Amino acid sequence: MNAGIGQVWVYLSASPLLWLTATVLAYQLAYALYQRSGFNSLANPVATAVALLVAVLSLTATPYERYFEGAQFVHFLLGPATVALAIPLYQQLPKLRRNWFALLASALVGGTAAIASAMGVAWALGASPATVLSLAPKAVTTPIAMGVAEKIGGLPSLTAVLVILTGILGAVAARWLFDLLKIRDHGIRGFALGATSHGIGTARAFQVSEEMGAFSGLAMGLAGILTALLLPLVLKLLQAA
Amino acid sequence: MIKTFAVLLVFQTLGEGLSFAFSLPVPGPVLGMLMLFCWLLARPNEVDALAPTAMEFLKHLSLLFIPAGVGIMVHAQRVAAEWLPLLAALVISAAVSLVVTALVLKWLQK
Repeated sequence: MNAGIGQVWVYLSASPLLWLTATVLAYQLAYALYQRSGFNSLANPVATAVALLVAVLSLTATPYERYFEGAQFVHFLLGPATVALAIPLYQQLPKLRRNWFALLASALVGGTAAIASAMGVAWALGASPATVLSLAPKAVTTPIAMGVAEKIGGLPSLTAVLVILTGILGAVAARWLFDLLKIRDHGIRGFALGATSHGIGTARAFQVSEEMGAFSGLAMGLAGILTALLLPLVLKLLQAA
Repeated sequence: MIKTFAVLLVFQTLGEGLSFAFSLPVPGPVLGMLMLFCWLLARPNEVDALAPTAMEFLKHLSLLFIPAGVGIMVHAQRVAAEWLPLLAALVISAAVSLVVTALVLKWLQK
């Protein structure tokens, strides 16, 4: 061996390979922990993996830009993944046709209430404009939310973190709130959870029942499309007024 | 598998192109998703060829959020300074969203 361990580290840490590998490994480890916890929503694998990577990057004094040179290959796949959401949505077509007005209207009203309350509360408590705009699309799945945040002048990476936190919060609070409201229908429970907590809520809903999961996935798709189509337009009109 | 990725990338490219060409406020991949959805409406048989790879890909959607999530590092100062409005906004709006969506759907559903 004609290079010391320090030199090997310097060589590897400068290449995209190291941080791409670290990202995939962190996810595997976080997912194993999630399985061990019996899919407890508090052990969300994204949250665990992010915490792990932030710790490693801080300990090795690696800047985020250096990390992202490797992680961008994973990040890039968010685009094709968003396109792929058309497929589960298409598979829910019979359900969508039967009750399309009620589903569309509740996704629209619920989504508007979520966005208005998030922006309103943050603004009233003195958050900066960039923070308020980053909060606006946080109820929808990350690839859509980040795209919308970029379009409306928020910070996509901050939005991504807020999306994940919202997903966990909704999945934890849902059961308790629905019991309080005496809502027992799995279709309604699933739909409200998917509209609030996107993929994280949908993953949770599938553990309760197939019906709850299917409705949650449908709500996630509808909320994503409505937010992507309407939020940038509404904000543009408000700013022009 | 490669066919599915080819289809997804083609629709994403079409979406990005449209979004740029007409300066649309909608992200390109979302337009791609809408176009793929319409294409499946027109050609329902295609879904069987795409679904297995697409669903396997979406099963690990969580992995794709990690690089962006690590970006919290860059925003550590902002989060430390604005933790109260952020936390209050997240908790209140999650509760509002769950309650309003569920009640409206209960009221409208046949």
